[in-house]
Amino acid sequence: MRLIALKMLFGDSAKFYGILLGLTFATLLITQQAAIFVGLMSRTYALIEETPQADLWVTDPTMQFVDDTKPMQVTALDRVRSVTGIEWASPLFKGLLVAKLPNGGRQICDVIGVDDATLIGAPATMLQGKLEDLRKTDAIFIESRGANKQLMQPLTADKNGPKRPMQVGDELELNERRAIIAGIAETRPSFQNVPIIYTTYLRAVGFAPANRRTLSLILVKALPGQDLPELQKRIQTQTGLTAYTPAEFSWKTLDYWMTQTGIPINFGMAIALGFLVGVAIAGQMFYNFTLDNLRYFGAMKAMGATSRQLLNMVAVQGLAAGVLGLGLGLGATALFGLMIPGDRLAFKLTWHLPIISTFAVIVIVLGASGLSMWKVIRLDPKEVFNG
Amino acid sequence: MSGEQAIFCQGIAKTYGEGESAVKALRGIDFTANFGEIVALVGPSGCGKTTLISIFAAILSRSSGALQLAGVDPDAMTNQDRTLFRREKVGFIFQQFNLVPQISVVENVAIPLFLRGENRSEALDRAEKLLTEVGLHNRAHSRPSKLSGGQQQRVAIARSLIHEPSILVCDEPTSALDGATGQRVMELIREQGRRPDRIVVLVTHDERIYHFADRIAHMDDGLITRIVTSDVELAALKMAAFEKGKIK
Repeated sequence: MRLIALKMLFGDSAKFYGILLGLTFATLLITQQAAIFVGLMSRTYALIEETPQADLWVTDPTMQFVDDTKPMQVTALDRVRSVTGIEWASPLFKGLLVAKLPNGGRQICDVIGVDDATLIGAPATMLQGKLEDLRKTDAIFIESRGANKQLMQPLTADKNGPKRPMQVGDELELNERRAIIAGIAETRPSFQNVPIIYTTYLRAVGFAPANRRTLSLILVKALPGQDLPELQKRIQTQTGLTAYTPAEFSWKTLDYWMTQTGIPINFGMAIALGFLVGVAIAGQMFYNFTLDNLRYFGAMKAMGATSRQLLNMVAVQGLAAGVLGLGLGLGATALFGLMIPGDRLAFKLTWHLPIISTFAVIVIVLGASGLSMWKVIRLDPKEVFNG
Repeated sequence: MSGEQAIFCQGIAKTYGEGESAVKALRGIDFTANFGEIVALVGPSGCGKTTLISIFAAILSRSSGALQLAGVDPDAMTNQDRTLFRREKVGFIFQQFNLVPQISVVENVAIPLFLRGENRSEALDRAEKLLTEVGLHNRAHSRPSKLSGGQQQRVAIARSLIHEPSILVCDEPTSALDGATGQRVMELIREQGRRPDRIVVLVTHDERIYHFADRIAHMDDGLITRIVTSDVELAALKMAAFEKGKIK
């Protein structure tokens, strides 16, 4: 009877395609919006993931997330270095500065100053230039998205004419100081999606407006065999600063964006809308499909179909519609992710998201087929004699 | 088997609802029918025909009275056993055919076998053979909607007989058909349905098919008022028509 159930479903093409469309669209909306949300949120802690050398990130205790720079005095670095159990501690500058472009345009950039001696915190992948080039006079690295987009240079004197990507050897100004591009790096986009400039710590401090406190973050490597929680406590006790593991710092950053902004609500509403679309279109169509076939179910019940057999048929129909709708929806979401450039739209389809979509589709299908099943169970076979 | 009691009922009553809103659909039916017979239940709308045929089909429970269908009392069974009893012993022909539109004719015919869990290809083979017997072999793989009303009812007849039931209940089998088609459908029911080990119970308003029945039970207000053989009934009908001047 399962094959008959499937043929009944596929044979009613108008309703079947309606159910399929509803489930596909619901899956697409739920998964795609969730993937964009995850992609966007993962950008908030991209810098932490881009700097895997550090075991701990030491910050001002009031810092709420990685971009919430609360500069510390430079002496904080020495205080941290004096804590036992630390192999090395490096300074990191992080701040938004306005870059003046050769064409006179201005562009806000995320400037990251890495340790002058070790270059710890510098980008791992260089597309042009070498890491050591950062030690050249006035050298900076820019990341490729910025070079190819916001920092594009006019080819002619006409500012509005054709443009070319910024390249090694080009110059720009940061706070009235010359900066020469010594390399093009590849990094993950940040949440603000502004161009990221890497330079040395001291040079970055020089670019930034004068400030007594210039140390944004301290990267710490623990000695081998150190108990990290103990080390965190020691740093906190001895320096008054807070030390986070990369995971803790990422979560703290994520938590800020999740709880202090309306972003989760916006995406949550879009996801809920997808769910409601599924319920409204697919659920209702599936229920109507069952209602349309009620007389045939009634005839089968009269002919000796048990309630279990009929429920099995409805379940098979629900399962088939659910699996197909879910598959198409997930396929469409993956296709969407492949077609949209990663730097333009944050999109991260993690393994959790199909599970969430599957759960949502199961709820929609169970709800719709549950109602249908209830109708079938209550069906009085005597009704088939009423014409 | 022929001549043995297929249906025995004594004082069968059926009441819907309770208290002041209670409706007495059957008020004490005494009726016996033997295997090999074709019996017609006739009467005006609301006289209790559908309720009685539902009881004969083991779909509906009686409120009181004694009942034996093919030697068993369906009301003494659990719901599950009654369902299985219908699956094994009862064949149905409905007024509106109730053929599943999304599946082929042959699959429709095989449904009672599918319900019994029989092998699909064997069930389809048997269904095709039965379709040959009802003259629809060439339409076996068509959808029911591609068939005329008479053809659809022939499919329904094949479906009702495929599991060789002991009781065949036919609810207004010709009411959705024109006169000539109705006659052919009834001929088919008589040819294919009548067996020494089967009782055919027919509910109809259609006087033109009375002669297909061996006996005709007239119902009114929840009671069987008289039972006559079809030749007596036909004679009575002819007399009535003669008196009205319709025939000379």
